[in-house]
Amino acid sequence: MSVPRGDGRSRARGEVVPEAEFRSYYGRPVLKQPAWTIEVPWYFAAGGLAGASATLTLGARLAGNHRLARGAGTAAAAGIIAGVPLLVSDLGRPARFLNMLRVVKPTSPMSLGSWVVAGFGPAAAGAAAADRLGVTPRLARTAEVVAGLLGLPMATYTAVLLANTAVPVWHEAGRELPLVFAGSAAASAGAAAAILTPAAAAGPARRLAVAGAALELGSAAAMERRLGELGEPYHQGAAGRYARLARVCTAAGAVTVGLAGRRRPAALAGGLALLAGSAFERLAVFRAGFQSAADPRYVVGPQRERVGR
Amino acid sequence: MTVTPLPTPTFGGGYDRQAGPRMGFFTDTSICIGCKACEVACKEWNLVPEDGPLALTGDSYDNTGALGANTWRHVAFVERQHEDQGLRWLMSSDVCKHCSSAACLEVCPTGALFRTEFGTVVVQADVCNGCGYCVPACPFGVIERRQDDGRVFKCTLCYDRLKDGLQPACASACPTDSIQFGPLEELRERADRRLETLLEAGVGEARLYLRDETGGVGGAGAFFLLLDQPEAYGLPPDPVSTTRDLPKLWRSAAVAAGALAAAVAVALVGDRR
Repeated sequence: MSVPRGDGRSRARGEVVPEAEFRSYYGRPVLKQPAWTIEVPWYFAAGGLAGASATLTLGARLAGNHRLARGAGTAAAAGIIAGVPLLVSDLGRPARFLNMLRVVKPTSPMSLGSWVVAGFGPAAAGAAAADRLGVTPRLARTAEVVAGLLGLPMATYTAVLLANTAVPVWHEAGRELPLVFAGSAAASAGAAAAILTPAAAAGPARRLAVAGAALELGSAAAMERRLGELGEPYHQGAAGRYARLARVCTAAGAVTVGLAGRRRPAALAGGLALLAGSAFERLAVFRAGFQSAADPRYVVGPQRERVGR
Repeated sequence: MTVTPLPTPTFGGGYDRQAGPRMGFFTDTSICIGCKACEVACKEWNLVPEDGPLALTGDSYDNTGALGANTWRHVAFVERQHEDQGLRWLMSSDVCKHCSSAACLEVCPTGALFRTEFGTVVVQADVCNGCGYCVPACPFGVIERRQDDGRVFKCTLCYDRLKDGLQPACASACPTDSIQFGPLEELRERADRRLETLLEAGVGEARLYLRDETGGVGGAGAFFLLLDQPEAYGLPPDPVSTTRDLPKLWRSAAVAAGALAAAVAVALVGDRR
């Protein structure tokens, strides 16, 4: 999508300029900066890790790989236990967190997401605790199934949440953003399980880590290609730095885990790199939205193109 | 009484025939004199706090800047040098649009934002938990979180005054009737006549903004007569309610979730121990 040049101030300053020039009101942004704090992208990373880990737990259990199920289950519980406080503390009124469960609103990905978290959290944490303690095995298996299935929306709803805004770099990436988040979640879940599981049982985790990294990098590249000039924030400022870090860490981590993950130090180093890459990916997407909303060019340009001059 | 149908399911049906006609604002910027009485009246009536230290922006007579948590009416001043007409000074009082398809309301996870019996969009301060989702959802950059409070605030179209049969404070204070309040159907007819008059008088730049229900936000409860392109006033030229694309977004998420499940399954193939 093309975006006009200039700062949009010249017309408002009283100069007569060609109609083709982009216009704005004293260069002021049309959109507000999102109110969300830095806890939000960290929650996206933790929630994605938890969701994909729970699905891996269920898969490993069904495949009879119980050591992998335990490692992945631990990651799922850790992810959601770390994630929920991040989510609550971002609210302007944290004490009113439970208001999230006042209504069920299909038009609000945050509403549906809250219900997913409400179901997923206790299931994932409960299943892991019961597995470790060796109590209520049948209930633990049921919880694993619930968490494993809810893990899929858990890992992807946050992408819909971002895309369902007026922020151009988020909204126009609606097709690819869920794939980026799913890939990032799979990479982190594979990495965490590869770290937490004995190498002999962690083969599927390593394969998932590599596949997730490939999906993350591939869909992020596709996203930037389709955004065109709207995707400029991914090459500028904080978002650009995070995007580069994400690419480097994810690629290096995937290669390390894929080639040498059977050895403990490599699994640890590569796994940590993948976890970092996954977090940097969410930070890049998050910051890009702020940069996109701050510049009226990205908002006015495509809209003006739509309605004609 | 005719009730303008709204796509938001909470209007009309939600009030079980108790909903009156949809009320709104028609802001005719061609007769705005930039007195800012609307800004003052709004602040006074609604007890809206100060929006920062008093300072000059250097942007013509606009020292308010933009709509926000603590600014529910904002008068824009656009100075333009025309080749033939000399200096043209445009003034326009901006406000929350009370969209027919209101993204803020649709994305609100707590139900704090709701559609009133007047068809307006209002935040329930006792329900809002400050999640902030409405802020980037609004295509006009209207609603905002109040820093020291944590909740979001915006124009209520003077819900309290409407309940008592009064008109909103800004419309009451406007000395030129640039801000007109009334049933939306009536305002639309009035706006059409005004546009016709202006076009006949040779004001070729005159145009109505957000009047029609065919737009991306389904028309708005607050619409405008502008004398330049919307973006010259800081308004988006073709705003769209983000939730219009939500079915497509959920489908993309389903594809992504499927890809995740497939990746897990493939990774586990042949792994039996």
